[in-house]
Amino acid sequence: MMMRPVGFLGLISAAICAVVFALRVGAKQPVKHELPPAPDGKSKVVGLCDGQTSVVVPGVAAGERMSPEQARGVADELMRKYEENKVLAHGGAAHTEREMRVWEAELKRTIDEGYKLFHSPELGTNGISCDMCHPDASNTHPETYPKFQTQLKRIALLRDMINWCIENPMEGPRLSDDDEKMKALEAYIISTRKGVPLAPGKH
Amino acid sequence: MAKYVLPMERKKQEYLAERERFFAELPKLSRRDFFKTAAKAAAVATAFWKGFPPHSFQLIRVAEAKESQPKFTFAYISDTHILDKGLNHRFVKACQKAVDDVNALDPQPDFVLFGGDLAQLGKPEELSLGKQLLDQLKAPVRMMVGEHDWYLDLGEKWREMFGEPTYSFDHKGVHFIVLNSVIVEDYWTEPKMTPMERMLAMAQLDNPNGRPFMVGEEQREWLKKDLAKVDKKTPIVIFSHSPLYKYYRPWNFWTEDAEEVHKILAPFETVTVIHAHTHQVLTHRLRNITFHGVLSTAWPWPYAPQGIPELTVQMVRADPFNQFDGCGWGSVNMRPDGQADKHYVLWDRNPMTVTFDHVRRGKQGMAELAKPLQGRVDWPSY
Repeated sequence: MMMRPVGFLGLISAAICAVVFALRVGAKQPVKHELPPAPDGKSKVVGLCDGQTSVVVPGVAAGERMSPEQARGVADELMRKYEENKVLAHGGAAHTEREMRVWEAELKRTIDEGYKLFHSPELGTNGISCDMCHPDASNTHPETYPKFQTQLKRIALLRDMINWCIENPMEGPRLSDDDEKMKALEAYIISTRKGVPLAPGKH
Repeated sequence: MAKYVLPMERKKQEYLAERERFFAELPKLSRRDFFKTAAKAAAVATAFWKGFPPHSFQLIRVAEAKESQPKFTFAYISDTHILDKGLNHRFVKACQKAVDDVNALDPQPDFVLFGGDLAQLGKPEELSLGKQLLDQLKAPVRMMVGEHDWYLDLGEKWREMFGEPTYSFDHKGVHFIVLNSVIVEDYWTEPKMTPMERMLAMAQLDNPNGRPFMVGEEQREWLKKDLAKVDKKTPIVIFSHSPLYKYYRPWNFWTEDAEEVHKILAPFETVTVIHAHTHQVLTHRLRNITFHGVLSTAWPWPYAPQGIPELTVQMVRADPFNQFDGCGWGSVNMRPDGQADKHYVLWDRNPMTVTFDHVRRGKQGMAELAKPLQGRVDWPSY
């Protein structure tokens, strides 16, 4: 089945957007992109989510659907112009010290959020918190996941065990896998095992 | 037609036959021996389902023979961490289980030591509920305070309910001392922490801003005075919530002025410290002093990444899916020579007895204790 052209372009744009947003640290709102008008006044203009880059698609009118080949060409052109503008932090250059500091601070914020949740009974209902059994996240051994969790009789990830603890000893509602709280908990737990070799499947 | 017997089933039958023979011998035993043997047998029954071979029976009986006849026995329950969350709370159930177990002892222990941390956050409701649970004990109870009982109101409610936290008493020739060893220097007044903020800070084991526990000068002076009238040959048993030695400071498994307390105890021939707080099997010996940890009923703590006393034979890592695993209570047999044999009743595991003979022979003695535990096919890792 032929992929819908818009869908194809969308996919690439989304991938680029992900990179761009990862770099635009701290930006809460998506960038509003005011597209420049086409020189001929009627051709299609496609913008990139960085809020700056755009290309004109000659021979395709605004609102008209592009062919897959045209869409791929547009995506390539957007990416080329984007690289050319050096919007990508690592567009051929090393990370700056400032970038590193910003990223570290962002990571720390997530880890700290995880630390707070880990040391608070708010995830449960019975006053029990994770740290009561796992001081400094000890005995959580995130490096051993995924593994066959014998008591669950299936393969488990760290998050499955986090949810098991929340639901059972702590008697709280499970978190969805993409819950920000789950991400923060994983970030804190894994950060305590920095430098420990990964050993998935270890018992 | 002959029925095929599964290997597991056959093993079970062998076990049951052996069990039958074992119990047939029981009428020959004294009342005290009967109780002790029955407890071991129950442990073997538990162990069997974890894959223990039937012949482990004999091993335990031989080990039993080495334990000397006690002069008297006391039991302990500790670190219940009761929360004000109703009677169905898992910690309430666990405390009740320990109380029921101790009440089922026959003969009853001379007394029951409560090792501290009755409450989780020092609230009057938690302490009252905890007291109600302990009031069911048939034997007299000796109370000790833990930091979870103390730091909401700095011991006001606890003292009102249980009296002074520092005291001593003599029992059948042994001098017992109960300390409040959860004193820390004041780090709450200056930042104007509320009582609950202070309590929560103290309740967090891995609090990087915490302060180390100590006995403190005032109590050390009291200890000197208390011991001044005691003969140096009198066996001394000290109850302390904190370990009364230095194990791992980041988790406050630590007593800052331990050496000064040891110095006060140095002239005494026979000293045993029974300490709570660490929720795990711990064995330590420094010169004239033997140290034993006690179990919590609420949850086990992992061994710290460093500083574990080298005599310690570690308890098997608990299965998180079993609330009672790694938890329990215990008892101490005071021997005629004033030394202590320490018994850990680990729920759903083999019990463990660290006799003074094990400790006296140092690492070699403890290695013998560890032997039957090692090489087990079912050694779990979660």
